[in-house]
Amino acid sequence: MARLRAVGSWDAVVVIALVAVSIIGALAIEGVGDPRFWRFVTLEAIPIALIALPMTLIVITGEIDLSVASVLGLTCTVMGQLWVSGVTSLPLLIAISLLLGAALGAVNGLFITGFGLPSLAVTIGTLALYRGLAYVVLGDRAVANYPPEWTTAAIKPIPGTTIAWMILVVAALAVLFGLVLHATPIGRGLYAMGNNAEAAHFAGVKVGLTKFWLFVASGVMSALAGLFWTLRFASARADNGIGLELAVVAAVLLGGVSIFGGRGALLGVFAAVALLGVMRNGLQLAYVPANTLTVITGSLLIASVVGPNVVGVLRERLRSRRRRRRSTAPTVTPTT
Amino acid sequence: MTAVASPSATATGRGARLARRAFVVRELGIGLALVLLVTVTYLANPRFLTAQNIKDLLLGSAILAILAVGQAIVVITRNVDLSVGSILGLSAFATGSVFVASPGLPIPVVVLLGLAFGAVLGTVNGGLIAAARVPALVVTLGTLYVFRGVDYMWAQGRQINAADMPSGFLRMGSAAMAGLPVLALFAVVVLVAVGYYLRHFRSGRELYAIGSEPAAARLYGIPTGRRVFAAFVASGALAGLAGVLHAARFGTLDANAGLGSELNVVAAVVVGGVAIFGGSGSVYGAALGAVLLTTIRAALPVLGINPFWQDAAVGVLILAAIGLDRALSARVGRSLRERKSSHG
Repeated sequence: MARLRAVGSWDAVVVIALVAVSIIGALAIEGVGDPRFWRFVTLEAIPIALIALPMTLIVITGEIDLSVASVLGLTCTVMGQLWVSGVTSLPLLIAISLLLGAALGAVNGLFITGFGLPSLAVTIGTLALYRGLAYVVLGDRAVANYPPEWTTAAIKPIPGTTIAWMILVVAALAVLFGLVLHATPIGRGLYAMGNNAEAAHFAGVKVGLTKFWLFVASGVMSALAGLFWTLRFASARADNGIGLELAVVAAVLLGGVSIFGGRGALLGVFAAVALLGVMRNGLQLAYVPANTLTVITGSLLIASVVGPNVVGVLRERLRSRRRRRRSTAPTVTPTT
Repeated sequence: MTAVASPSATATGRGARLARRAFVVRELGIGLALVLLVTVTYLANPRFLTAQNIKDLLLGSAILAILAVGQAIVVITRNVDLSVGSILGLSAFATGSVFVASPGLPIPVVVLLGLAFGAVLGTVNGGLIAAARVPALVVTLGTLYVFRGVDYMWAQGRQINAADMPSGFLRMGSAAMAGLPVLALFAVVVLVAVGYYLRHFRSGRELYAIGSEPAAARLYGIPTGRRVFAAFVASGALAGLAGVLHAARFGTLDANAGLGSELNVVAAVVVGGVAIFGGSGSVYGAALGAVLLTTIRAALPVLGINPFWQDAAVGVLILAAIGLDRALSARVGRSLRERKSSHG
């Protein structure tokens, strides 16, 4: 119970930080909080948010997927190559890309659940493999001649606002993932296997199968992010989204998901994605060099794990002191 | 020795021997893969083994091997250090800046400074992990960003060029001694020293104990916090040394040195047969892994394979290495169990 409350409070901390940073930014920096500002924040956050959804679930089960950015890159190049070789139907391209993502995720899942290999090592391997295949597909070429109506459609704002409509897709998927995680037996199973996979297995949770499908979902979502990436920048290149995996993992951990699994919530992760986006864009408007943000991101990440631990230790010390005082209370009259 | 005690004693003796053989098989396998790769490439194109090319290979592997040795120390304790690329970058830029500030500094002093600087950065990692009891992956991902950010702030887009560093120092980056590049000698010294320490020192063996079962190690009385802390300081120090060598080898320094190299280092360690969940593997394997990764990258173009296949080949190698490792440990585990059941 105490742990549950602690998780809830961390979500609240991140949400409050997001609101506070937004308000302070809007007051202190010209341009922050403008409609244009939110447009850039959301455009930048969309791919990270898309990948963070399955990543949250995967980390809650105690695993990790470092290959996501390479899946994104490979999807970009395959889509570009198909377009160059004459596949001009957008629905077909989307379908092939998502299927490709599912297949790449299934390879991860097979190695991890089928052969019982550690996900950290497997996905470092497929990180290199998928990125390598992306280079094999396109080399150092870029495919950029997509029809303008596609590229504008991808970033078209919701009527009456400046925010890209893709955010609605993200929101719908977030509701879906949130429901699965927080309101179904599957979701409770994810927490259970993150806390103790063996116990979860004996309690009837299909650990291997569930994890397998999580990695497939991660592949599909990364491919979706790849589609968006290609159309947003109107460019398919083998190095698209390189290094994005660490940004996603950082957001998930900052959002309060325990790297050991079994703990975390989607709300905190979403707030963390938004918080990082607002800070990055806000500081850019304030002419703070981008590298300052790198330091802040890293410090926040460390603070997000050190903070709760320090609080926990202090609370423990306080409790034991109180207990000691209570046990000595009958014989010693308190002087204060 | 009584008749009752002897079967179990030989069983454990044989089990230990079996486990040791698996340990040797692991390094042997990587060594064999390396020999095979070099032979095939040599047969395809004899120019692959010219003195110059071998020197380039060793030069290219040296820095990665030093990083891999440091990483292996940490991985053996069931931790990971993702900040090594950033430590390398920061240390390389610091080296350049030291030379700009005082050009007359003797080279050994600069090397020691790099080691010490890296150790200080490693202390930040180790302190947070051991004292605040937080997961290494998160902390070192955080310091990956922080150290790199500090590097950018310090460099502010400036570049330190070869002209800013003494020629003797730069010569160290490409010179050879007795046929071996000086950088490779650094790597060999580091490798032998760390390898000896891990195998023959009590505290070195304790690192393995911590990695195979941290809770049991703590119950046994091993100061796990202190050992893990020391492992991160060592990893940082070696990354600092790698930074100095990077400066000597490349001559041109900006804030991007070593960017993104952390996953490459982890890959070398994993290919080298160090289990990612700790407790097994050796630094020799890790160093061999580094050489193998470097050689593959160099061999593909020679074999007439599109160099764009490099990363894909590395990925396949990692998957093959962990798959093989798994099969091997499963077999050792099975035969140990069978022995035990046949005696029990």
